[in-house]
Amino acid sequence: MAVAVEIQKTAALTGNEAAAQAMRQINPDVVAAYPITPQTEIVQLFSTFVSDGLVKTEFVAVESEHSAMSATVGAAAAGARSMTATSSQGLALMWEMLYVAAGMRVPIVMPMVNRALSSPINIHCDHSDSMGARDSGWLQIYSENSQEMYDNLIQAVRIAEHPNVLLPIMVTMDGFIISHGMENVELLPDQAVKDFIGEYHFPYPLLDVEQAKTLGPLTLQDFYFEHKREQAEAMYRSKEVILAVAEEYAAISGRKYGFFETYKMEDAEYAVIVLGSTAGTAKYVVDQLRQAGEKSGLVKIRVFRPFPGQELSEALSGLKAVGIMDRADTFSTQGGPLYLEIKAALYHAANQPQCINYIYGLGGRDIDPPLIRQAFMEVKDLASGSAAEAGPTVRYLGVRE
Amino acid sequence: MALPDLAKKPQRFTGGHRACAGCGFPITIKIILQAAENPVVVGCATGCMEVTSTIYPYTAWRCSFIHTAFENVAATMSGVEAAYRSLRRQGKINQDITFIAFGGDGGTYDIGLQSLSGAMERGHKLVYVCYNNQGYMNTGIQRSSATPRGANTTTTPAGTQLPGKPQYPKNLTAIMAAHDIPYVAQASMSHWNDLYRKAKKAFAAEGPAFLNVLSTCRLGWATAPEDTVDVAEGAVQCNVWPLFEVEKGNWKLSFKPKKPLPVADWMKQQGRFKHLFRSDNSQLLETIQQQVDEDWQRLLELCGVNGE
Amino acid sequence: MTLSSQTKNLLKVHQDVDPDIKPNAGWRDLPIGGVIPQGGTASQFATGDWRTIRPVWSKEKCINCHRCWLYCPDMAWISEDGKIQGVDLTYCKGCGICANVCPTKVHAIEMHPEDDFKDDEAVKEG
Repeated sequence: MAVAVEIQKTAALTGNEAAAQAMRQINPDVVAAYPITPQTEIVQLFSTFVSDGLVKTEFVAVESEHSAMSATVGAAAAGARSMTATSSQGLALMWEMLYVAAGMRVPIVMPMVNRALSSPINIHCDHSDSMGARDSGWLQIYSENSQEMYDNLIQAVRIAEHPNVLLPIMVTMDGFIISHGMENVELLPDQAVKDFIGEYHFPYPLLDVEQAKTLGPLTLQDFYFEHKREQAEAMYRSKEVILAVAEEYAAISGRKYGFFETYKMEDAEYAVIVLGSTAGTAKYVVDQLRQAGEKSGLVKIRVFRPFPGQELSEALSGLKAVGIMDRADTFSTQGGPLYLEIKAALYHAANQPQCINYIYGLGGRDIDPPLIRQAFMEVKDLASGSAAEAGPTVRYLGVRE
Repeated sequence: MALPDLAKKPQRFTGGHRACAGCGFPITIKIILQAAENPVVVGCATGCMEVTSTIYPYTAWRCSFIHTAFENVAATMSGVEAAYRSLRRQGKINQDITFIAFGGDGGTYDIGLQSLSGAMERGHKLVYVCYNNQGYMNTGIQRSSATPRGANTTTTPAGTQLPGKPQYPKNLTAIMAAHDIPYVAQASMSHWNDLYRKAKKAFAAEGPAFLNVLSTCRLGWATAPEDTVDVAEGAVQCNVWPLFEVEKGNWKLSFKPKKPLPVADWMKQQGRFKHLFRSDNSQLLETIQQQVDEDWQRLLELCGVNGE
Repeated sequence: MTLSSQTKNLLKVHQDVDPDIKPNAGWRDLPIGGVIPQGGTASQFATGDWRTIRPVWSKEKCINCHRCWLYCPDMAWISEDGKIQGVDLTYCKGCGICANVCPTKVHAIEMHPEDDFKDDEAVKEG
């Protein structure tokens, strides 16, 4: 297996192109999808693979995202490896079916290109769309760049379809910033991906007509709770699978993934925590701060569902302060979704850092090094206790007052 | 096919389901499924049929069955059928399978219309059956766009100012015919032979097919349970529910009553129209009769049949 | 559908779950996703106790037209080799459709109140 590492091909690809290439190599039996900016390119590129016979896929150009998810659920339950892709309003229209997919335990893999939600309508990046779906029972993996999008999609197939998991996964990347930004991406050979993902598994395929079965029945007070309890357990079990798959993937690609990535955290006294493409800019800021002698570090969350609470709590324990950056608001007056998760995870930590929340970048508002540097400096003040006055714990970064 | 012979074929839908005594749709299912020769995969929209036939751990279905949500059985079955085509093309499956989607009129005329239109337009080889009981019966008898004008429902209650539902039902069968799919038909569970023949044609169609089947809801229509078949028959005999088919664009009348019953005679059988027989509503009864007559004439023209 | 042996082994985890779902089964013992992994289990559910009137069938009068079999919503009329054998009271909900669709001239089915049979049951049980 290790041979693949040497024969990877480097190509300059946008995030959407990288996602489409991953889909081509995954070569699903069925793809049902609908166009939406900024995801459209994935569907377009994949359609050309279908037209040119590069994949065995039956492509269903559905009439809405609701139908995209419905058809994908049907196809996956039928016994076919099935994918779709979406963004923003498209994910919002799928909402009902996201819960159905998770509850029916169909292992769908879906590239999801993060974009703000209406209203007002906006086509640029924030995480409101996938964050709104964070409790739908899907696994969620966030990607910093095109390479991660590609790697995460291939791993997602194995995670979703593992018999101990059998849950759908969305793999996200930031709209336009990553989806339309070109970078070098290392691609595995087609055969290596094929071998890595193996055959599709679904225990109750509809097309096995010799065995009658009923999928999606009415379950009431006497059984519904048990079904949901097992679904919750699958999410717990998925943690082990995510790490095992990452390990195997490292062996064929040389790229190793975990629940989150730490950057210059060994002796850090304070840190910033981010999701997605902002990590790239934040690493640059950390490098600058380090050169100036600052003990700053960065944590980039990769797996948001299941949330690696215990592991993060251990990684953050002992820091004096952390700034948690959310590219989405919950409108709960309690801060952004990542902030809430991390604060909850730290509740039992022995040495709790102080936490502040930065909500930033809504609707594609630029997040540049000076802004991130500002966040770091405020977190540093909090860490050193030199903040003249404790400001609000939830701060809006980069908005005009 | 003679009925005693039809009864020799194994059934795919069992007793022990929880539909009301005298419900129409199990009859519709029976006639349609007995017409299928291949193994079937059934999809069902949320509604009476799905709810009463799959109360966990009991299922009345002796075949592969899937339910996902209300408005999307056509899309769900699109995916199942696409999976079949994909796996068959890859040589992973080698048998013929028939795909059937069932939806009530709420799940078909209203909330599921988009997904139905999409699936038919894309040409999936599946048979969509609307078991049409003219209202949202599972949630407690609300009006749908299939509910007849004047019907008393819980969202169009007959009151002192409003005499039941103000609108006529929309002509979904014609809408489906306008999709130019290979086969579209309107049928009634009361006319089993006609429905059986139409189901056969639908299964044999080279592409999507749509059947709109009148299936009595004795609760929503307020009829005696034993009258379930009679009242559906009445709808056909008074031209409220004409039987016809549209095959490759050709409209064909399946049944012409010798002497059509007055619509009022059919309505009299049902509690949901009781208020229309108050003297202050007599004009409305006449208006409805005129509309039914006009619709019938238009259908005769489409079918190239001479009127009286 | 053909499954690779590898797939079969993996799926064993799920398929070893007892397809007969016990009413008191814990969450670990149920098939995932609320699947009912077999067909027709509703046949184990008796709906006959909904009935307030019961169809009484006359074998002598019956002409085997099977309209009762066809129009019974509860699959209660039993047909063997093209011959009606009677009604399965396990499922019959007493709707009376069968008596109504039985041709008028034949009149092989009559509906009787369940109360009429109370004594019979008592004798049987006694």
